[in-house]
Amino acid sequence: MTKAMIEAGKLNVHFGDNHVVHDVSFSVAAGETFGLVGESGSGKSTVLRCIAGLVDSWDGVLAVDGQQLGHKRDKAFFQRVQMVFQDPYGSLHPRQTVDRILSEPLAVHGIPDAETRITKALEEVALPRTARFRYPHQLSGGQRQRVAIARALIANPSVLLLDEPTSALDVSVQAEVLNLLADLRQARQLTCILVSHNLAVVGHLCRRLAVMQGGRIVEILTEDQLRAGQSNHAHTRDLIALSHELEG
Amino acid sequence: MTKPLVEIQNLRVDFPTASGGYNAAVRGVSMALGREKLGIVGESGSGKSVTGRALMRLLPEAARVRADKLVFDGVDVLNASERTMRGLRGGRIGLILQDPKYSLNPVMTVGAQISEAWRAHNKGGKREAREAALNLLEQVRIRDPRRVLDSYPHEVSGGMGQRIMIAMMLAPDPAMLIADEPTSALDASVQAEILKLIDDLVSARGMGLMLISHDLPLVARFCDRVAVMYAGQVMETLPAQDLHRAEHPYTRGLLDCMPHLSQKRARLPVLTRDPKWLEQHS
Repeated sequence: MTKAMIEAGKLNVHFGDNHVVHDVSFSVAAGETFGLVGESGSGKSTVLRCIAGLVDSWDGVLAVDGQQLGHKRDKAFFQRVQMVFQDPYGSLHPRQTVDRILSEPLAVHGIPDAETRITKALEEVALPRTARFRYPHQLSGGQRQRVAIARALIANPSVLLLDEPTSALDVSVQAEVLNLLADLRQARQLTCILVSHNLAVVGHLCRRLAVMQGGRIVEILTEDQLRAGQSNHAHTRDLIALSHELEG
Repeated sequence: MTKPLVEIQNLRVDFPTASGGYNAAVRGVSMALGREKLGIVGESGSGKSVTGRALMRLLPEAARVRADKLVFDGVDVLNASERTMRGLRGGRIGLILQDPKYSLNPVMTVGAQISEAWRAHNKGGKREAREAALNLLEQVRIRDPRRVLDSYPHEVSGGMGQRIMIAMMLAPDPAMLIADEPTSALDASVQAEILKLIDDLVSARGMGLMLISHDLPLVARFCDRVAVMYAGQVMETLPAQDLHRAEHPYTRGLLDCMPHLSQKRARLPVLTRDPKWLEQHS
């Protein structure tokens, strides 16, 4: 087995008196894409945000690439770990052009060659050159999500955290973005965690996934077990049955 | 046969562009809706929401709306007075929007909002309105209606918010519901519950339903008929149970590009758009 890129051990999160994540442990191998599924409020996004350093009130063990993470992260961490959010309209600055949005991570991390890197990043996510000097509101939903992906990748991270990256998109655009993510992860050997409530999307990108309910991981399955419906937990079986039902 | 609830013939909607021209959003849509469940499916920008809004005359004034016929239950929507339209909107036609976070008033309690909707279309005092609100919350199967009545929208979950929106729309006892992506902001299990609720209420009250969504299989499960829209035109209309036998390449493309749990595929087919689909149908 390849070495673990991301590890969580006995992760607990409290928001005030609210205990929202209970003893969550999993590990993700380098180059693997790991899925986190569950209903809203199950704590899946919170786990992701802990890893990203966006939630501070956690205890337990978190490690990326063998290095234990503290509550304060250094700059190198933020270059190595990047995140893509659900709603591209909410996560892009409305008064900055795509060019400005993409130069920000480069400036923060002191990466030279902004000009060529931005051109390359736009090419990589299949955005037209003309998109570079547009504002987010002038782009379609799918194009905006491509910008968000380009921004995450421009600092050359090794870990990509995806929080419902396609649930705000049309099914036709979702297919394009999922293909793009599959290509990029292959080309750049990215380790990813994908959070989604859509089992079909998770099954498409992930070989392994954890099912969460009420802040706990109730089960960890492989893609094949998921597709075959081999589950030992009632909640997972409910989710699988529902997903099959909605597919019709 | 009884007269249909909604008759739309050759509806065209254009929005002005900055350069002084017009951009066609809906290009000759015709459909009729009885007391049945009609799904309208298409990608964003296909004109499906604009069609729904045109029926309620909710489009911005700058929009140019033309139609040979745009009739709701005997009312000519294009020429009706603003007063008549106010009776239609929220009265005879209820509109459920995508995200309850944005469509509920954040500084009013749930009870006050539902009571307001009820009092706008019914005669009665505050107490009666509150009773009605409580009753409506029970109808949309909220477990603890008394508590919810006095809470603010940020204190309830997304699924509950959508139930509250539905309760508000039911207050004036409408003849028709337009649900514009009612479940896209919700997760899968809540999605199914909300659609089931809409389905039950529509059947029990004998309303007409126009369900607007980009999710084809979902719509097919809950509707009697499905109209597939692309670039402002209806590509095809078919009975929901025949959806898997759809012939139009656009409909097929929309169905194929979804990942399936039961079927493993390395790559998802993407939709190739045929310029021929853009040509004007007669």
